[in-house]
Order: sequence, then C-alpha cells, then structure tokens
Amino acid sequence: MAGLHKSDIPNPVINWIDSRLPIFTMIQKEYGVFPTPKNFNYFWNFGALAMVNLMIMLITGIFLAMSYQPNAMLAFDSVQHIMRDVNYGWLIRYVHQNGASMFFIVTYIHIFRGMYYGSYKGPRELLWILGVVILLLMMATAFMGYVLPWGQMSYWGATVITNLFSAFPVIGPKIVTLLWGGFSVDQPTLNRFFALHYLLPFVLIGVVFLHIAALHIVGSNNPLGIDVKSDQDTLPFHPYYTAKDSVGVCVYLIVFAALVFFFPNFLGDPNNFIEANPLQTPADIVPEWYFLPYYAILRSVPNKLLGVCMMFGSLLVLFVLPWLDTSRVRSARFRPIYRVLIWVWVLAFIGLGVCGAHKPEGVWVVLSRLCTLYYFAHFLVILPILGKLERPLPLPESISRPVTGGRGGGPLPSGAAAKPMEKA
Amino acid sequence: MANSPATTAAHGHPADVTKRDMLQLVAGAGAAIFGGSIAFVLIDSMNPSKDVLALSSVDVDLTPIQLGQGITVMWQGKPIFVRQRTPEEIKAAEDVKLSELNDPQSDKARVKPGHDKWIVLVGICTHLGCIPLGNKNTDMRGEWGGWFCPCHGSQYDTSGRIRKGPAPANLPVPPYAFESDTKIKIG
Repeated sequence: MAGLHKSDIPNPVINWIDSRLPIFTMIQKEYGVFPTPKNFNYFWNFGALAMVNLMIMLITGIFLAMSYQPNAMLAFDSVQHIMRDVNYGWLIRYVHQNGASMFFIVTYIHIFRGMYYGSYKGPRELLWILGVVILLLMMATAFMGYVLPWGQMSYWGATVITNLFSAFPVIGPKIVTLLWGGFSVDQPTLNRFFALHYLLPFVLIGVVFLHIAALHIVGSNNPLGIDVKSDQDTLPFHPYYTAKDSVGVCVYLIVFAALVFFFPNFLGDPNNFIEANPLQTPADIVPEWYFLPYYAILRSVPNKLLGVCMMFGSLLVLFVLPWLDTSRVRSARFRPIYRVLIWVWVLAFIGLGVCGAHKPEGVWVVLSRLCTLYYFAHFLVILPILGKLERPLPLPESISRPVTGGRGGGPLPSGAAAKPMEKA
Repeated sequence: MANSPATTAAHGHPADVTKRDMLQLVAGAGAAIFGGSIAFVLIDSMNPSKDVLALSSVDVDLTPIQLGQGITVMWQGKPIFVRQRTPEEIKAAEDVKLSELNDPQSDKARVKPGHDKWIVLVGICTHLGCIPLGNKNTDMRGEWGGWFCPCHGSQYDTSGRIRKGPAPANLPVPPYAFESDTKIKIG
C-alpha cells in the first residue's frame, strides 16, 4: 500500500514528517496509548531501568574511548590518565565501572521477575529467548570490558576465561590461540577485546529492539499471570507507567549515585590497581561479583571439560526453560509449591555466588556442589515434574477483579458476573 | 488536560494554574538541570586534560641561532618561529608606514624592548592554518623577505605582518619573556 500515512498530529511540521515517516504515530501507539496491564508492581520497572542503564553505559563508554589507549604498553597508564588528568574522567569512569554492576543487578532482578511470574511461558517464549541472548551478550561485553584497564585481575581473568575453551578436545588449544591472536594474552588480545567491547553494545541494542518489538506483539505479563481480557484490564502506558518508571529510575539513580560517589571501588578488586604482569598470578583470583555463581559451578566439578560444560550449560538451560516448566499457571502467586522452590533456587544461586568468592576448600566445595546440584535439579527435574503434581490456587477471573474487588481469586459472587467491570 | 474543571473546583485555584502545571514545570526543570549537568560533564571531558595543560611552557636557547636564520620550536603542539633578524630586516620592518598594512601594528609592539633583533611568532598562517616557509635562508620568503605561505600565497614581512594574499591577520606573537639575553620562555 503506497501513499502518505494519514497522521492525526495537529502540528503541521510534525504532521508533514509523520505523513512520510510515521515515527511519531509509532511512538504514540507503542509508548503513549499502548495498553498495559493495570496491576504492575515495581518489579515491572526493571526492563526500563535496564534500558536506561544500557544508555548510560553507551554514553560513558564512548567518552571513555576518547581517552583510552587499547595498547598493552599504554592501557593501564591511560586509565590512570582518565582518572587523574581528563576533566571529570574519574566520574565518567566510575559511572561506567559501577554501571556494569548496576546493569547486572537490574538484569538479574528483571530475570527473577520473569521466572517468578512465569513471563517466559507461552506466548512469550521468543521474548524470553531474546532476553537470554541479551544476557549472554551482556556477559561477553562485561568480560571484555573488564580486561581493558589491563590490571592484574584484567589480565588473569582474561587468561582464565579464554582458557576455558582449551577444555574442548582436539580443537580446544587452537580456539584459545585464535582468541588470543598469539600464545598468551597480549597486545593482539587487548586490541581485539577493545574493538569487540565497543561493537557488542550496538549489537545489544539491536537485540533489545527485537526484545521490545516482540514484547509489543504479545503484550506484557503481569503479577497475576493471567491474560488481559478487556480494556478494563489495561491502562495507557503514558502517563501511568511513564510516571511509575520515573519513580523507579529516581530510586535506581540514588543507589547508583551512592555507589559511584561513596563506594566506587567497593565491587572492584584491589589487584586491578596493579599493572598486568604476565609472569605473576595474583594469590586470590576471582571474577567480578556478577560472574561468581558460574565460576563456583565451574570449580565445583572435578573434571575440566565437564566443569566448563556445566558452566555454559547453567546459562544455556535458560533457553529451554519455557518447555521445561510444564505448569500452565504463570504466576508463582497461584503455585503454592513453586512459590517456595523458586526462592530455594534463588538461595542456591546466591549460595553459588558466595562459594565463588571463597577458595575451593573444605566446606565451600561441599556447599558449591550442593548448590550446583539444586541449580540444575530445579530446571531439569523439579519444573517438569512439579507442573504435573502441583495443584494451583484458583485464578482470578480477570485482572480487574482483584484490583477493584479485593485480592485473590475464587468464583465471582452471583450477580457480579452478569455485568462484569462496568467501571475501570 | 491540565485544566480539568474538577481540579480547579476542588482546590479553588484559578483555572489557568493547577497543581499539575506546577508539577510538570518542576519535573521538567529538574530533568533539564539534571540533563544539562550530565552534558556539561561529558562535553568538558573533551576539553584539554590536565597533562595537556601542563605542557604550557617551553624554554628556548637562542645561542645556536645565526643572524638571519630562524628555528621552529614546538609549543602546545604548535610551531613557534624564533628568528634573529639582520639590521636591514629590522629597519625594513620599522620603516613601514602603518597605513600600508592590512592589519596595522608597529614592529615595536611585536618585539620585546631591547631585543628587537629577535622576533617570535606562532608559525601558523592566519588564512587556513598551513605553516609558512621562510625560516631557512634558502626558503622562499616572499617580496617582503619574511615568510611565504605555500598553500595560498600569503606573504608576511620580517615582522610577521601580513602584506599580501588571502590571510586576514598578522602572525600572532605568543606570550614569552626573556629569562636572559640568550634564553626565552614561551608560554
């Protein structure tokens, strides 16, 4: 269908543009009047927060790249140059450095939201899969970004993580040499990591766009996990959720600012204040906090190849989560057993993180094995079986019911069903 | 949308100012200040950093410079011409009537008192930034024996003043001072 788009926008200039390229109509449709379930709680802020965080990382990163030198001889000094000499360089770098941690906090809560309220279930499977792709891209970007300051932890983290690929038989060592562009982590590695660290966020934006596009086709899930049945169940995105998201952004910025201005190195590692030394490994080598659970899984398995496979498997299993969970009820609110077990899984995940921060000795080995076992059992055993055994609580008839008439479900009182939801 | 009758009726405000207008104004102003301060930080980070500013002065020893010869030194990434003028060149520079100049300035104003054989200039053509020829005796120096810009043919006299060509202004004199008779500090 050719011809001009019929635009409703009164401003003649914007109307002229909108008739030829209806971006204003699109914004109005997708972010203005977009019908959104009216019962969101604050967990639904975290998608918007992640978007804000991505923008902060991009902008600060671009300005950091203007002063950073991706050269093994200069990288460490150029970071110190940013911290000491560049105007507000300390601020931009601390925002970028702590922004990575904030990004993972926000994203992990966002993922937990999806798991607790069953957002990965049909028809949102692809939306979830795109989300897992985003998580993997984020992790790759964060890992390569951590290498750039070229401190001791940067160097040895890069060495350890790239060496993971050496576990694969036959081709493993070849892959590692390819990744390094040499026979150890060195100048070619740093240079390509910088190139990829700059590239991947833009790939990330592309996948985030698909994630949001898919979201706007199937619509948001909600805390009750039931489908939207009528206009009475929704509110326009603006001003209701723009306002609610703004509240969340303010709280997020307060936490972020506290981290940046009062504890800028709290989540960092002191070893990274020492320039990379290929001849000496630090006594305690740990990844950044957001990788600790996977690191613990890796170390809990006594076999090299199996450990690497389990570590990657702990992330890849998320791709098939929509098909592992056999329950047709989405929200944990109506799943009395799942509602407890999801928290046990969260505890196992946090437990893995704690184990990852300690040397693999004594009780930490046992604990990390137990947590690893539960992590996988949750996905591969409990979820497929639980869906068949669990008896869910009765679901409310619509989103409007519990909002307007008390919490919970149950049959409607007689009479109410005859003329449901006459006012919003 | 801000002027709903219900709001004004409930609070008794005039119809044209409501609580919502106030909130929108405060929120908008807050966002503008917040965004502006972030933009300031980011843009200011592109200004010269402290280590660049620290390279603000350079010492030049004048003893190796022969009569009639100029040298080029680097100051803040820019070429600085330092030339020892012959008595004829000084006389030529001083005898010019100011009315003949495109950018009138006396030679006295362009040298340090008592050191009029030394001329110190920022060696960047004021037209489009090329470096004029003329420090070496063998260079093309133009009709006035000073400097000649190879890019668009601007000609400067022995005081570095523009005499012919598209350049609009004289070669600037950088801030400098004589530390002794044979040493200057530029910057």
